[in-house]
Amino acid sequence: MDLRGVGFRGPDRWLVRGVDLAIAPGEIVTLIGPNGSGKSTTAKLALGILKPHAGTVHRRRRLKVSYVPQKIQIDWTLPLTVQRFMRLTTKLTDGEMRAALEATGIAHLRDAEVRNLSGGEFQRAMLARAIARKPDFLVLDEPVQGVDFAGEVALYELIRRIRDELGCAVLLISHDLHVVMAATDRVICLNGHVCCEGTPTAVVESRAYRQLFGNGTAALALYRHHHDHTHLPDGSVLDADGRLTDHAHGPDHDHDHDHAPTSAAAPEVKGGKPDA
Amino acid sequence: MLDDYLVRALLAGIGMALVAGPLGCFIVWRRLAYFGETLAHAALLGVALAFLLEVNVTFAVFAVAALIAVALLAMERRAGLAADSLLGILSHSSLALGIIVMSAMTWLRVDLMGLLFGDILSVSRLDIALIWAGGLAVLAVLALIWRGLFATTVSPELAAGEGVSTDRVNTVFMLLMAVVIAIAIKIVGVLLITAMLIIPAATARRFARSPEQMALLAAVFGVLAVSSGLAASRLWDPPSGPAIVVAALALFLISLTPLPGRLNPARRRAPQIPDHADAGEEQ
Repeated sequence: MDLRGVGFRGPDRWLVRGVDLAIAPGEIVTLIGPNGSGKSTTAKLALGILKPHAGTVHRRRRLKVSYVPQKIQIDWTLPLTVQRFMRLTTKLTDGEMRAALEATGIAHLRDAEVRNLSGGEFQRAMLARAIARKPDFLVLDEPVQGVDFAGEVALYELIRRIRDELGCAVLLISHDLHVVMAATDRVICLNGHVCCEGTPTAVVESRAYRQLFGNGTAALALYRHHHDHTHLPDGSVLDADGRLTDHAHGPDHDHDHDHAPTSAAAPEVKGGKPDA
Repeated sequence: MLDDYLVRALLAGIGMALVAGPLGCFIVWRRLAYFGETLAHAALLGVALAFLLEVNVTFAVFAVAALIAVALLAMERRAGLAADSLLGILSHSSLALGIIVMSAMTWLRVDLMGLLFGDILSVSRLDIALIWAGGLAVLAVLALIWRGLFATTVSPELAAGEGVSTDRVNTVFMLLMAVVIAIAIKIVGVLLITAMLIIPAATARRFARSPEQMALLAAVFGVLAVSSGLAASRLWDPPSGPAIVVAALALFLISLTPLPGRLNPARRRAPQIPDHADAGEEQ
């Protein structure tokens, strides 16, 4: 995949201009940049969803692409289970589907309706759908939005593993600078044009990057966070030493307090019916 | 057997319902109700032109509806006006034009009521043949483009990114709509066609767990509505087109009553309150 001097004009201004971007098989390239810097536009140009007003886009012939868009709104009139969603653009065997769902940690949601998923769960479903297709080119537009921090790190690890297994090229869009740095080969810093690019460490050091994001982010990039246990979907806990225990307070614990602001006015009633 | 007008009516109605159900699902999913309405109103112009040029009504209606659909696609791409305003312009101006053309032909006595509300009891053998041939062709094409069309419905961007030719699929869908309008106009009339597209699909939503199931159920509910509507019209003698629509409405209302336990797909996971805030003109 190769973009040369690509530009795209919006209704009143150039959204991106003069962008050069080439991705080789097996490479993970991350696009970072502030809001409105043309990250998604660049990805759509690379995908061929948008036609450039300047420059050229080359994609290898018969490139199998998987795309995780930034936002999908599932209309409530659509009866769509996770299972059917996985098969949106390709046929899949049950085995392929299970493998992908397990990899993203939502195997238990196979028959759930997509519109009932939480934001993080839906993001995982989108990622599962994308990797189940076994793509040559994987485009992920903020794939971990709404995913909890531990899951975020795990999903970036998963993206790396998928790259290793399939040898696919990955174009990643993100603004979680600190987490994404570890999972990427090359970073491209975008703000309407390519500001700087290079390995994660080189980019963080560069002046252009600091101008764009401020100095504080360099410290964040060094931040590491480890858990000594993993939470499994059924509520149990997998300790670092491999022991499986029930969740500390159990999956079916009760919250006997009320979060609603009205609770202050209405006296709480426990274990019985309110007086008539 | 085909000599009995009621049998002919039933055959024609069932043929229409089988196509209108699956296609109606896409109308519901894509929130295109007003689009269906526009094509239906344009159909009246098609009928008028058919009389004027002395060609087959079904073909003329298809031609005009297809033209309007393509015009709409073209105008939409140029934007400038909101889709619903565009639809309103096309819809009512074609209706008005149709009526004017028709009234200009003073030598012709047109049953305007029949056109507006359908005249299923007068379908001929040729009509039935056209309805079934057209209907089967629509279903075949729909089956061919199903995966792409559904993916485009869920997310046009995702579909386009993963190699679905969304423009082609959308155009084909519009043309299929034009065929269905042409098929349905004789049965339920210009003003009630959209009802046959939307009500069975909406009824099916409640019971469906997958889009394919919903399409199938919509066809089934459509057939039920046609048969019970015709039965009612035989018994109590109301006009048959409206009777069919009222039967569809009755089915829809029945479907709203709570389902017991396991049968209810919504119970398997708590339903969300539908968000109507964004209801409108995304296509």
